[in-house]
This record gives sequence, structure tokens and C-alpha cells, in this order.
Amino acid sequence: MSGAADLTKQTEDQTGEPTRTPMLELRDLRVFYGAIEALKGINVKVYEGEVVALLGANGAGKSTTLRTASGMLSPRDGQVLFHGERVDGIKSHDLVRFGIGHVPEGRRVFPRMTVRENLEMGAYRFKAPDPDDMDRVFTLFPRLGERRTQLGGTLSGGEQQMLAIGRALMGKPELLLLDEPSMGLAPLIVRQIFDILEEINKQGTTVLLVEQNASQALQLADRGYVLETGSVAMEDEASALLADPRVRAAYLGEGAA
Amino acid sequence: MSLNELWDYMVLGVVLGCLYAVIAIGYTLVYGVLQLLNFAHSEVFMFGGFGGLIALTAWVPVASPSGLQSVVYVAVGILAGAGLGGAVAFGLEKVAYRPLRRHNAPRLVFLITAIGASFFLYNIAGKLFGRSSMSMPTMYENKTVVTIFGASLNVTQLLIVFSAVAMMVGLDYVVNRTKLGSGIRAVAQDPEVASLMGVNIDKVVSRTFVIGGLLGGAAGFLFGLNSKVVYTMGFLPGITAFAAAVLGGIGNVRGAMLGGMVLGMVETLTVFVWGDEWRYVAGFAVLVLVLMFRPTGLLGERLGRTA
Ligand SMILES: Nc1ncnc2c1ncn2[C@@H]1O[C@H](COP(=O)(O)OP(=O)(O)OP(=O)(O)O)[C@@H](O)[C@H]1O
Ligand SMILES: [Mg+2]
Repeated sequence: MSGAADLTKQTEDQTGEPTRTPMLELRDLRVFYGAIEALKGINVKVYEGEVVALLGANGAGKSTTLRTASGMLSPRDGQVLFHGERVDGIKSHDLVRFGIGHVPEGRRVFPRMTVRENLEMGAYRFKAPDPDDMDRVFTLFPRLGERRTQLGGTLSGGEQQMLAIGRALMGKPELLLLDEPSMGLAPLIVRQIFDILEEINKQGTTVLLVEQNASQALQLADRGYVLETGSVAMEDEASALLADPRVRAAYLGEGAA
Repeated sequence: MSLNELWDYMVLGVVLGCLYAVIAIGYTLVYGVLQLLNFAHSEVFMFGGFGGLIALTAWVPVASPSGLQSVVYVAVGILAGAGLGGAVAFGLEKVAYRPLRRHNAPRLVFLITAIGASFFLYNIAGKLFGRSSMSMPTMYENKTVVTIFGASLNVTQLLIVFSAVAMMVGLDYVVNRTKLGSGIRAVAQDPEVASLMGVNIDKVVSRTFVIGGLLGGAAGFLFGLNSKVVYTMGFLPGITAFAAAVLGGIGNVRGAMLGGMVLGMVETLTVFVWGDEWRYVAGFAVLVLVLMFRPTGLLGERLGRTA
């Protein structure tokens, strides 16, 4: 937890939670890849203004959760609700209009488009990209500003991650789904990216963050979920998870469980 | 083999190359968005030829039209060819390929379907339009307009070069500078992420087919203007344009244009040097040679790169 904004937000969550509709709610979600059941009835809630961390081992179903939330996958059972409205079954290209931005695993910038073109793609759902958004991205990520005409595929890993986040911001998301933004990046860049995520959240974007880097993610997050082979194994305030010996053992590499 | 003759052949090469280039764009665009070798594109081209022929035979009553009338006739021919080509391509995607995409069919199934669709269109055209060659009605006097280094360019040849260049410039603009073009390039590079950005893949794929069909159909009309229209006319230009797309780097729009020009030129120069029976040999020899040293083609496998 850092900063006054987070503290006020937290008390608000505690007092207002029962009556508030979550921005995103995954209800008894079951998702299959063919015969493989990747999500076995999970329940996740993300409230407006929050940062929620989604942790779990490789193959636990974290990416599957995000992909279902952004319409890339359809659940076999259960519901996806956005502001209380059912959105499962809506295709991803229509779902972006609801204000859900997804930064996919592995960044996936368009390799043969320039930085600027990539950002413009992020605003595809609008008639034209908003120049203010473009400026905002370049302010958040000055390194992208210096590389406007460079092809996405030639950027470094860290720069590609920045571009992927910036591209999602161009779509003016209310909710940002981030899949392992720290993957394969140097600690310094990870620090920068998490600082920027905090900034983005302060500017009013709700964040659902999938991470292997549990300590960084839980320091940034308000609440967290731990997935284990397709089910929610733990769910708590981020600070509580950070202190939990099981979490510390499994995700922070500490000895005793 | 005089120098004048050589220039004559060069001119023919440019004319033919322009046609190949325009047809090749259709192959490369569709490959870009679907990784599909759309063998039925040659029949789209052929239908374009008939589109122009039918519209004009129904419509050109005057034996010796005025200059303005000629322009209108040619424009109508191009539009009718493009229109029928676009319509056939649209239907082809809807009927033959979309159901396969919906069921996530393996690539081989797409390929076999493409060949099947090609046979179907070819035979249905023979049935519908008859099996004999037909000429376009006379719309203008095909006299020599300019002479370059002793090589003469007639009206038809000029028409082909001008319309083809205009289409290529327009297409390049659409791909690199419009929203539809961004959608096409995004789908070519990463369809899943494109749809996360709000790109409707089905719509983009359908429109890509239509664009390829419009160009291929217009080329079919222009080709028919230069020779004849017959239901078998698609095969050789189609396969050569396909080779041109591969030569330039399949998926790369500018590569397809370059590949088309190169193969058009190689083909006519081969005829000039070794005679007509070698016509289709050298082009494919060039293709094989280039692919041996640059497997991704001259400009590489990338769609609409702005460089
Ligand atoms: N396209 C697919 N086809 C079949 N099975 C899949 C597919 N994608 C994921 N799975 C399976 O679903 C399960 C959950 O995968 P998912 O990608 O959601 O895991 P994850 O938690 O994101 O893991 P990681 O941390 O390695 O990214 C895994 O067992 C995986 O093998
Ligand atoms: Mg994952």
C-alpha cells in the first residue's frame, strides 16, 4: 500500500462493498479448451478504482481468466458481468467498446507497424485516435515518444511492454487487464512499469493484474486472488496475502510453508 | 532481332507486368489476412473479363463511337469487370472459406477447397458463357498513340498501363493510409490482438477478398481488351500472378507489384530471345532461382510495410 489515495480507497471498499456492483464480476466461471477444463468455476470481483492481483503457478488459468474476461474465449458455464451486465458471449472486438482493455501475455505488439501505428491501432474502436491520449502515453512512456517511427518488432522487450500498455490506453479503457507485464524484464524496468501502472490507476483506470512477480504485484494491489489449477485457492486483501506464509512459500521463494 | 524490336518487347513486358501485378495483389492480400493461397483468384479474374464483356455487348451499339463515348465505354467495362470480380470474390469467401474458418479447419482443407472452388467457377463459367473465345466490342480505334525509342504504344496498351498504375497507387493508399488498411495489416500481423483492438476480423477478411476481387476483375477486363475473353483465360495469368506474388514475398503488397512487373518483363523478353515456346519457362525458372536464395521472396513476407 502506498499513498493516501490507496488508503481512502480501501476504507471505501470495506464499507461500501456489499451494496456496490463490481465493475467486473466472474461468476462460477468454467472454461474449457476442448476436453481440458482450464477454469473450474472461479469467482472473481473487481471494483471500480481497484487494483486486483491474480497470482498462480504456470498453467493455473490466469491468462485463461483474462482471455475470458475480454471475450477472446467463451465460458461453457458461468457468467462474466461488467457493471452488472452480462457480457460473456460478446466477441472481443465488440467488447472493447464497453471499455475493457487487454494487454495480452507476451506483449504482442504489431511487429511491422511503427510505434505510432501501434498506438493508433489501440484507438481503432474510435473514428480517430485522440491526440490527448497519444500525448498522455508519450508522457507516461517518454521512451516511446522518442521512437514513434520505429517498428514495433525492433523495440526492446521493455519498450514493447510499454507499447502494449500504451496501445491499450489508447482505447480509453475503464478496466485494464494486464497479463504478466513484468515477464522477462530487468528489475529496473519492472519497477518503472509498476510505477506507471500505479499512476494509471490513480488517473482512474481499474486494473486486473496477472503476475508471477507476486511481491511487486501485491505491493501495488488492493486485493488479490491465488489460482491453483483452475480454482481460486486464496482470496484476500493484498497486504494479508503478502503476509501469508503459504503465499510467501509458493510465490516469494521462502523456505518453510 | 533489332533494337527497335527489343523496345517493342519491353513495352509488351510492361503492359503484361502491369496486369500480373494487379492480379498478384489479390493473392497477396488474401494470403496476408488468412495465410491462404486462394487458387480460385484466377477464376475471379476470368469472371471480371466476362463482366466487362457482357456489360459492353449489351450496351455498345455504335460501331464507331466518339472519343467521349469511348472513354465512357472503357470506364463501364472496367467497372463491370471489377464489379463482377468483387462479387464473385465476396461470394467465394462467404460460401467456401468462412465456414471453414468457423470450424477452425486445418490449412490443407483451405487449400483443397480453393482448388475445388476454382474448378467449380471455371466449369460454371464455361456453362454460363459458352466455351468459345469472344472479343470485346470495338469501343475505339486501337491506333498507335506514342512511340518510345521506336516502340509503339497503342490505345489499349496505354489504357492498361494507366488503369493498372492507378489501381496500384489507390490500393497502396488504402492499405497504408486508411482505417480499413490498418485493419487489414493488423489482422495479417496478429488477428487475435487485432480483434482485441476492436477489429472485426470477419468484416476485414470479407473486404480484403472484395478488394482483391475488384482489382482482379478489372484486370480480367483489361486482359480481355488486349486479347479475348474465354472461360479458360484465368489459368495461365492466374498461376503467373501467383508466382509473382511469391516472387515479391507473399503477403507483401509492394512485393506483389514488383513481382508482377518482373515476371511480365521476363516473359516477353524470353519470347524475344528464345521464341514463343519458351514463354512460360523462364518466369518460373526465375521464381525457383530467387526462392533458392531468398526463400521469403524479393521484398520479404510482410503485408503493407511502409518502407
Ligand atoms: N489453446 C489452448 N489449448 C489447450 N489447452 C490450453 C490452451 N491454452 C491454455 N491451455 C491450458 O489451460 C491451462 C491454463 O492455461 P493458462 O494459459 O490460463 O495458464 P496461466 O496461469 O496463464 O499460466 P502461465 O503463468 O504459464 O502463463 C493450462 O493447463 C494450459 O495447458
Ligand atoms: Mg499466462
